[in-house]
Amino acid sequence: MAAAETPAPKRIVEIKGLKKRFGANEVLKGIDLEVGAGEVIAIIGKSGSGKSTLLRCVNGLEVFDEGTLTVDGLPLLHGNKAAMRALRQRVGMIFQSFNLFPHLSVGRNVMLAPSLVKKAAAAAGGEQAKRLLARVGLAEKFDASPDQLSGGQQQRVAIARALAMEPAVLLCDEITSALDPELVGEVLRVVESLAVDGMTLLMVTHEMSFARKVSDRVVFMHAGRIHEIGPPQQIFGAPQSAELRQFLSALDG
Amino acid sequence: MVDFSIWDIFRNLLLAARWTVALSLIAFLGGGLVGLALLVARIARWPGADLLVRGYVQLFQGTPLLMQLFLAYFGLSLLGVNVSPWVAASLALTLYTSAFLTEIWRGCVASVAKGQWEASSALALSLGEQLRHVIGPQALRVAVPPTVGFLVQVVKGTALASVIGFIELTKAGTMITNATFRPFTVYACLALMYFALCYPISAWSKSLERRLHGRR
Repeated sequence: MAAAETPAPKRIVEIKGLKKRFGANEVLKGIDLEVGAGEVIAIIGKSGSGKSTLLRCVNGLEVFDEGTLTVDGLPLLHGNKAAMRALRQRVGMIFQSFNLFPHLSVGRNVMLAPSLVKKAAAAAGGEQAKRLLARVGLAEKFDASPDQLSGGQQQRVAIARALAMEPAVLLCDEITSALDPELVGEVLRVVESLAVDGMTLLMVTHEMSFARKVSDRVVFMHAGRIHEIGPPQQIFGAPQSAELRQFLSALDG
Repeated sequence: MVDFSIWDIFRNLLLAARWTVALSLIAFLGGGLVGLALLVARIARWPGADLLVRGYVQLFQGTPLLMQLFLAYFGLSLLGVNVSPWVAASLALTLYTSAFLTEIWRGCVASVAKGQWEASSALALSLGEQLRHVIGPQALRVAVPPTVGFLVQVVKGTALASVIGFIELTKAGTMITNATFRPFTVYACLALMYFALCYPISAWSKSLERRLHGRR
């Protein structure tokens, strides 16, 4: 690191004036958000508030209509294959439905993208995959097939797969919503360990106690806008708007 | 009058069967390659590809193979291109097969869960890498039974090439009948031969299907 850097933390994700329409329906109505290196952001809100869409805009799974978005200084340019490939290498994503590749073993799920995109040598890729699987507590599952694993194990493999690309930011889209309640904890513990290790995280979640515990800032989305944003103590302890108070009380009920 | 033994009939049909096999192979390989190219053009969303391929598929699915053979043979010579029955039959069967295969395979690709596309996109894979390593292997598993089922249709479809003077099994059968006046014997042998060609393909499909599913 150069010594002459400004004291302000490095921005990993910068979103400015982002708007997204599905037909006539504007689902994101101008989003501004900056995420610093190592910051953990939880995005909460009712379904239909645009939180998943916002997350999916960050790696270009959704095409937005207006505004700009950069990740680690790389601008998101739809239709520019080279730019998208460069940007997506900096952004990992974990999905609600795991989306492991069912025809590949656990180890090969983790190794596939580094070997193709980063041209990682097979031996180095194998070492890295073993290390990452050990990190998510699944070292012994290297040769297993995804359908032999529980949902919680599959999701942990998906995390290892995303980490194999060494992303600057990890997007988590309701990653525990498809899990049986007793399996939620094992996945959240892995995510928490990533946060502790300084990974930048952007997560859409319904696990409020987890959001409160792990996140640096909480974003409350409502009707396509960031309605309230702040540290978890403020969002959960002293909500400013009627919409947030209503959202939180509905959860308690 | 010359007397023909069953063996004479059988031997001559067997010789003609070579051309049925050759024409089927040309149709499989040519049709498979063209069908795959059309599929990729469609998936890659090349401008206009979707509309063009849809029209192409409708054209070849919506007209009898017999007409396509006539058009390839007589139509091309009308345009001043003199084609042999070989070329005309190969061309017509390749186009016909490609239209069906591209549509069958499009359905197989569509059956792969959307999450597989999203996960591989998020991992920065290019379209070619996605097709080769993620989508293709999963679509292939679904594609085997309908593809082989259709290939059996193609083997039997080559019989129609007899109408433009291409001497394959059926045409040879007709010619032998004219010489021997024993239509029942000849056509029974003919049916047996088609069965002997088609049955192994179906059996192979079954074993392939088992293998692909066993690898899960």
